[in-house]
Amino acid sequence: MAGTAQPSEKSDGLVFHPMDQFIVEPLFGSGPIHWYTVTNVTLWMGLSIVALVLLMLVGTSKRALVPGRAQSVGELAYGFVHKMVEDVAGRDAVPYFPYIMTLFMFIVLSNFLGLLPMSFTTTSHIAVTAVMAIGVFLAVTVIGFVKNGVGFFSLFWISSAPLALRPALALIEIISYFVRPVSHSIRLAGNMMAGHAVIKVFAAFAGVALISPLSVVAITAMYALETLVSFIQAYVFAILTCVYLKDALHPHH
Amino acid sequence: MEGDIVQMGAYVGAGLACTGMGGAAIGVGHVVGNYISGALRNPSAAAGQTATMFIGIAFAEALGIFSFLVALLLMFAV
Repeated sequence: MAGTAQPSEKSDGLVFHPMDQFIVEPLFGSGPIHWYTVTNVTLWMGLSIVALVLLMLVGTSKRALVPGRAQSVGELAYGFVHKMVEDVAGRDAVPYFPYIMTLFMFIVLSNFLGLLPMSFTTTSHIAVTAVMAIGVFLAVTVIGFVKNGVGFFSLFWISSAPLALRPALALIEIISYFVRPVSHSIRLAGNMMAGHAVIKVFAAFAGVALISPLSVVAITAMYALETLVSFIQAYVFAILTCVYLKDALHPHH
Repeated sequence: MEGDIVQMGAYVGAGLACTGMGGAAIGVGHVVGNYISGALRNPSAAAGQTATMFIGIAFAEALGIFSFLVALLLMFAV
């Protein structure tokens, strides 16, 4: 979305636009962007995949009784996501644990890599998060119909409500079901975009000598907050996937 | 001059859309505040409800993010 915005006249010195960091550019040369063009988004998504594979490969290569650093991080992440799936979605959802684990690790690593100075936050683009959210939406809908058949429609027909209210509630439930992928993707992208833009706005204030100390303090504080938000948004994305999965596996209210 | 009025309207609208984020802030504060007051009354049950709190935060926050998105669209897309 912000990627379509033109760079507002190439800036000089410390004057820059806070949204310039989200511009998608080809990695080699400067031609038009097609679907096959290698851009900075491709590079940083690839880097987070590499980081994910490395973490898990190095973490599981030794399988020591007393875990080292990589193994500890890998075990922590695995145990954390596994417990979340079991607690929120129930034991029936454990077969789908690898999908949620992959989503969570990819998002958390993309967010953390995006926090590096001069890097690119791939999850700040709705095009990236929408693919993941639509994937979750389609997967959950297919699982719901495969596991429950027509009984999946009882998700929209709330049998505990008074009969007169049920059609109105069904309409609301159907709308909220189809808004899920929208809110699921925009939540992650919006949080990432907003936080990074705020950091850049404070960075622009650093050019004014009078308030630059305040600006540096503000950047540090925002950076700490962003580190927290990066993790929490990945957690929220994964936990909402678990909630949707639970709805698909047990649609009866 | 006439085109500037449209631009001005977009900027004023973007500013007005940002008031929605204040509402989301109130909502998130309400969720977390109630969670903490409940957790202090019964600390043993608190750990089991952390996930529920985050789901509540996510739902409350989504609407604020929508208004942020409207503001961004008015600033950069319209």
